[in-house]
Amino acid sequence: MFIHLAAVSPAVAHPNSGDTAWVLASAALVLLMTPGLAFFYGGMVRGKNVLGMLMQNYVAIGVVSVMWVLVVYSLAFGNSGFGGFAGNLHQFGLFHINEPVAGNSALTIPPLAFMAFQLMFAIITPALITGSTADRFKFSAYVIFIALWVTLVYGPIAHWVFSPTGWLFKQGAEDFAGGTVVHANAGAAGVAMAILLGRRTGWPKTAMKPHNVPYVLLGAGLLWFGWFGFNAGSALAANNLAGYAFVNTNTATAAALLGWIIVEKLRDGHATTLGAASGAVAGLVAITPAAGFISPVGSIFLGLIAGSICCLCTTLKFKLGLDDALDVGAVHLVGGVLGALLIGFFGTHAVNSLAQNGVFYGGGGHLLWLQAKDVGATVGYSFVATMIIGLALKHTIGIKMSDEQQLIGMDESLHAESAYDFNALTAGSIGSSSLHSSISMAHRTEVKA
Amino acid sequence: MKLVTAIIKPFKLDDVKSALETYGIHGLTVSEVQGFGRQKGHTEVYRGAEYQVDFVPKIRIEVVVDDGDADGVLGVIVKAASTGQIGDGKVWVTPVDEIVRVRTGERGADAL
Repeated sequence: MFIHLAAVSPAVAHPNSGDTAWVLASAALVLLMTPGLAFFYGGMVRGKNVLGMLMQNYVAIGVVSVMWVLVVYSLAFGNSGFGGFAGNLHQFGLFHINEPVAGNSALTIPPLAFMAFQLMFAIITPALITGSTADRFKFSAYVIFIALWVTLVYGPIAHWVFSPTGWLFKQGAEDFAGGTVVHANAGAAGVAMAILLGRRTGWPKTAMKPHNVPYVLLGAGLLWFGWFGFNAGSALAANNLAGYAFVNTNTATAAALLGWIIVEKLRDGHATTLGAASGAVAGLVAITPAAGFISPVGSIFLGLIAGSICCLCTTLKFKLGLDDALDVGAVHLVGGVLGALLIGFFGTHAVNSLAQNGVFYGGGGHLLWLQAKDVGATVGYSFVATMIIGLALKHTIGIKMSDEQQLIGMDESLHAESAYDFNALTAGSIGSSSLHSSISMAHRTEVKA
Repeated sequence: MKLVTAIIKPFKLDDVKSALETYGIHGLTVSEVQGFGRQKGHTEVYRGAEYQVDFVPKIRIEVVVDDGDADGVLGVIVKAASTGQIGDGKVWVTPVDEIVRVRTGERGADAL
């Protein structure tokens, strides 16, 4: 492979250094979103499960980074193969990586930089699912699940929508940075896995309130920061379009934050900090597909709509009896779908010369129809394929932690750790202290009883 | 000797401590506790879902005093801890049979 890399002349003879610098910096920004997501979710679970949540997010970085280099990048961005279902395996193991990215000869950055940037999207997408499955997914099953999922679900969907050789891309469906590929996809998969896993022990009777709301806001802040790389980086160049995506991202997020807390104030009587963080994330999700296709004023409307509707959707799970623990359905599925469909109304040729006009700009319903098809295909495929992967694991190695493990919590029962050790008496001592083991045995007995 | 135990609102701790120092007590013990009285708990709302918090955080103060000081200390705590709102807490007095200062072995009132 190394000989190969050296032997072939670079795909882009003279990469634009400004574009390349911006995309590489953006890749680093997008990587930071996954630890940010870990804290956003980690603060929302109970204190006995926070390490379990952080671990699932970090291990997603581990698993997906390896799978991406080996096979998934090629499935996503190789020239269409498998009858158009996914990219071919021409770039398996990053062979031929220095050839131009399929269908993307206008790219002004090295294909390897493009590959690195796209990897970060593939990492955070399965990580998003952990919000639905919180507190009860067996660790071994989770690791196998995301390896299969990123290969069989993310790879093909990214190919259809992101690769210029993909069938939805060729039809003209618009998804600037992954409203359907990342968010609606992860949201649908999250709902599917929440159905397969069933409820957490005790839900909804037992109170399962967030154990550390400041973590949630810290995580939301890191997500917001990293999202500038996600959206503005998706221009794949340091240009005017990247500027639009940057401004639209911030504007829609701000409006969604306001939309969410206004609904809360009217409905519940208080505007909450958790609501402000959730509204911001709903806005980030909804602007993701639209960031390079709509105007900043359009972004205000899009943000207000997404923030208020996602907020209203968070109570649906109680009516449906579905334990979507951290509302991945209400925020990422609903937000991603809303953003993708709203392009059909707010999309404007004036922002992006490659884009079509939506309903409000005299473009008629054609773009909206394309967007609806994109949403239907990604959500439908994600839900069904996730169900199949989940069912296969459920009936082989099993996917759910036992009631006892859930009562003890993921941190101790899966990882033999505890997140917070403020009590010197029960901290244990180095080595296999008899005091420590007697404490932990007592704890286990108590839970059993 | 008497043990005066008070359950008060956490933000009243500084007022109560100052008042007791002014009165002239020699020491006290403080702990963070949780519980409910007639105030009951309160409701918190996260993403539209209501959570009933049954146990309210309180501060427990314990002071051991000579028999003659019990009423005075009790009065000082009640005055300093009062806001007039529900949830101000309770103070009670219990008899103490013996007390020993660990360092010197002194007993009874000498150990206070």
